[in-house]
Amino acid sequence: MRLALKIWRQDRPQAKGQMVRYDIDGVSEDSSFLEMLDLLNEQLIAKGEEPVAFDSDCREGICGQCGVVINGEAHGPERTTTCQLHMRSFKDGDEIVVEPWRADPFPVLKDLVVDRSAFDRIIQAGGFISANTGSAPDAHATPVPKEHADRAFMAAECIGCGACVAACPNGSASLFMGAKITHLGELPQGQPERDARVVSMTAQHDAEGLGGCTNLGECTRACPKGIPLNVISQMNADLRHAGYGR
Amino acid sequence: MTDMLIEGLYREGEPIADTKAPAGDISQKWTTRQFEAALVNPANRRKLSVIIVGTGLAGAAAGATMGEAGYNVKSFCYQDSPRRAHSIAAQGGINAAKNYKGDGDSVHRLFYDTVKGGDYRSRETNVYRLAEVSANIIDQCVAQGVPFAREYGGLLDNRSFGGVQVSRTFYARGQTGQQLLIGAYQALERQIAAGTVQMYARHEMLELVVVDGVARGIIARDLVTGEIETHLADAVVLASGGYGNVFFLSTNAMGSNVTANWRAHRKGAYFGNPAYTQIHPTCIPQSGEHQSKLTLMSESLRNDGRIWVPKRAEDCDKDPREIPEEDRDYYLERIYPGFGNLVPRDIASRQAKNMCDEGRGVGPEVDGVRRGVYLDFADAIGRLGEEAVRSKYGNLFDMYERITGENPYEVPMRIYPAVHYTMGGLWVDYDLQSTIPGLFVTGEANFSDHGANRLGASALMQGLADGYFVLPNTIRDYLAKGRSRRSARTTPPSSRPTSRSPTGWSGCCRSTAAARWTPSTRPWARSCGRSAAWNAPRRVCARPSTRSASCAPSSGATCGSWAPRTRSTSPWRRPAGWPTSSSWAS
Ligand SMILES: Cc1cc2nc3c(=O)[nH]c(=O)nc-3n(C[C@H](O)[C@H](O)[C@H](O)COP(=O)(O)OP(=O)(O)OC[C@H]3O[C@@H](n4cnc5c(N)ncnc54)[C@H](O)[C@@H]3O)c2cc1C
Ligand code: SF4
Ligand code: FES
Repeated sequence: MRLALKIWRQDRPQAKGQMVRYDIDGVSEDSSFLEMLDLLNEQLIAKGEEPVAFDSDCREGICGQCGVVINGEAHGPERTTTCQLHMRSFKDGDEIVVEPWRADPFPVLKDLVVDRSAFDRIIQAGGFISANTGSAPDAHATPVPKEHADRAFMAAECIGCGACVAACPNGSASLFMGAKITHLGELPQGQPERDARVVSMTAQHDAEGLGGCTNLGECTRACPKGIPLNVISQMNADLRHAGYGR
Repeated sequence: MTDMLIEGLYREGEPIADTKAPAGDISQKWTTRQFEAALVNPANRRKLSVIIVGTGLAGAAAGATMGEAGYNVKSFCYQDSPRRAHSIAAQGGINAAKNYKGDGDSVHRLFYDTVKGGDYRSRETNVYRLAEVSANIIDQCVAQGVPFAREYGGLLDNRSFGGVQVSRTFYARGQTGQQLLIGAYQALERQIAAGTVQMYARHEMLELVVVDGVARGIIARDLVTGEIETHLADAVVLASGGYGNVFFLSTNAMGSNVTANWRAHRKGAYFGNPAYTQIHPTCIPQSGEHQSKLTLMSESLRNDGRIWVPKRAEDCDKDPREIPEEDRDYYLERIYPGFGNLVPRDIASRQAKNMCDEGRGVGPEVDGVRRGVYLDFADAIGRLGEEAVRSKYGNLFDMYERITGENPYEVPMRIYPAVHYTMGGLWVDYDLQSTIPGLFVTGEANFSDHGANRLGASALMQGLADGYFVLPNTIRDYLAKGRSRRSARTTPPSSRPTSRSPTGWSGCCRSTAAARWTPSTRPWARSCGRSAAWNAPRRVCARPSTRSASCAPSSGATCGSWAPRTRSTSPWRRPAGWPTSSSWAS
């Protein structure tokens, strides 16, 4: 395949960036989107030019490290991660616009690489169950009804990629937040800290400059793991409970 | 010890024996060791610092636990967040001797299965301890909120895995590694918030700092600024994962290289059993030169799929559906009529490679060879119906279709073995300490628990056992005893222990900032991985049938190990313009 790529190039966090056009030929339709970028980089390196920086690691859709906006859509046209998007989703001769996640709380570090450490700080604020090593009771001491276990698992599938933030016109991380709050809140082990968790996580979310949710649903459409919108309702319900419970 | 360079590559080390496991009955050793290992007064822990390289199961669990105990921890990973370590990709499950099914499982049986599965080449004392603490892992993870699969009654579900006869594998659908790692990551983040752990994400360890023969820190590169930093501590832990990517393509993540272990090895830490590499038979074959990694599919596919290649090489590029039954070679059923397609991993892998080397492989030609064999579900679909096959394997079929663009309900799947796990690693004693005092090694990075072959679902178990329960209890002995010795010395080295300038590293660093990547590392990695490793069967055996010179019997104490390679012996011809050896070796 032959493609025209327009890629966001930015040298440093504070530098001014610009879209740069690259023509690339000989792309196999069996290659993944990132393998296509690898090929581009091989060619740039051979020409002595700076390769395009982008993030990835597992390349099997589970670590959440990859993610770019392709033709205006986070992770591109299919509901999957950028690393699992294959070039057969494009046509020979296509023009493809590639940008980093666009959201102020995810500042660009270089080219397509952004800083998502806001997510880690949200987890630090309360996205955990306090259980020091060695203090745990037998795993069968507390049975968990299957429907709760299944719902917790569904929410726990979030890979922390940040596509929900990139897709949201408000730059809100509500889907990511709701996923964690639902995961831990569905389990009996998560109950003691449930109120405190939602309060401190939302406070951190707002402190990071992430926006409010207006129920547009762009996040769930972009989410490679299909996290449903109702986890946001769960977060709001928990928040209300925490407020009234005191 | 021989002083000869074997195949011009490596030198056999002195025989070396573990001295830390206490005497007495194997079932009492761990209790005894925990009692005998010196304690550190809680008030002193804050003054003791530990560097942990890696935030996979082994590293994150250790970081969280050491932080909870009050030590001063510095944690490093090259990804942008500790949650993305490669442990996240594990699918199948984690073993534990809980005997929740009442099917006769026990600590002893898990111990026995692990030692036997490893061809009696693992260190039995370490394996027994692993089996002992396995049950605590499940308790710990459930308390953290890991959403394991459950039965309708609300209790945990188990399955049988890796050919063992008991159901001892706990799982979270096909994402066990992810769920376990998120549990450990959240515990780690909790300690970061508490101030006991300092996190250095997007940092790559480049060198181990050894002062007076003792590990005292690391040199790391900040992958955002390109800055090279020195970090010092009272002990260093490597939890940096395996080295599968030396074979170029493997099921490991792109960044899982072996720099951390390799640098430690170059600094004198012995390496044990490097040949012990696990090759997984059911991976999606390479589709072309562009390929960056291989994807694993669950081995359960072999329960219903039949593996074959054409009898004649000239049929290899035909549509498989048009090749009549009599022209197909169901080679596993032919060679091993007793086991058929369910032969052990290593045999299935080796025979697939043999078929392709004979010129009877199928699928696209890569480097002039077709590397793929058919895994055919036509019989199963005929027998059980498409719906039944879909309900059993639907997600795997979807994944296959996404990657290859082929519909496995209609055309046979193509599979090929891929490097998956490395049993070998840095040599450690019972305390998980390497031959460099103060350097501890945990998880896939060490060599002790799986012998020549790892059982399915045992790597996750080992990572968490090392991180949560073993290392925190053994490293304290070193920290307690070493404290006075170290503080008696003059101040720690503050200058950079390397004379190398930042630019000297650029050939072997990932950097999102200033480094210029000249030339590309890819062709080099490809040529080394393919020709030096993958296509040299003598050094790359899934499970060697004869004992190699470097692998002394390891039951109990001794194990042969490889001493650091000498510098000038590299047999590869580097491509013109490649960084010279001085920028790689020191
Ligand atoms: C696809 C796949 C499926 C698997 N399925 C299973 C399964 O079902 N059951 C099972 O038991 N096992 C399975 N395994 C094996 C198991 O996942 C791994 O062996 C295990 O997770 C390794 O954990 P670890 O903590 O030792 O290392 P890793 O999780 O690999 O972590 C390594 C860490 O070290 C860091 N690091 C490495 N080098 C450096 C450096 N130079 N500087 C800074 N940081 C560095 C990385 O950032 C990372 O944080 C699977 C493996 C793969 C590849
Ligand atoms: S909710 Fe979905 S899109 Fe958002 S971080 Fe999680 S996986 Fe990514
Ligand atoms: S690289 Fe891991 S999800 Fe894409």
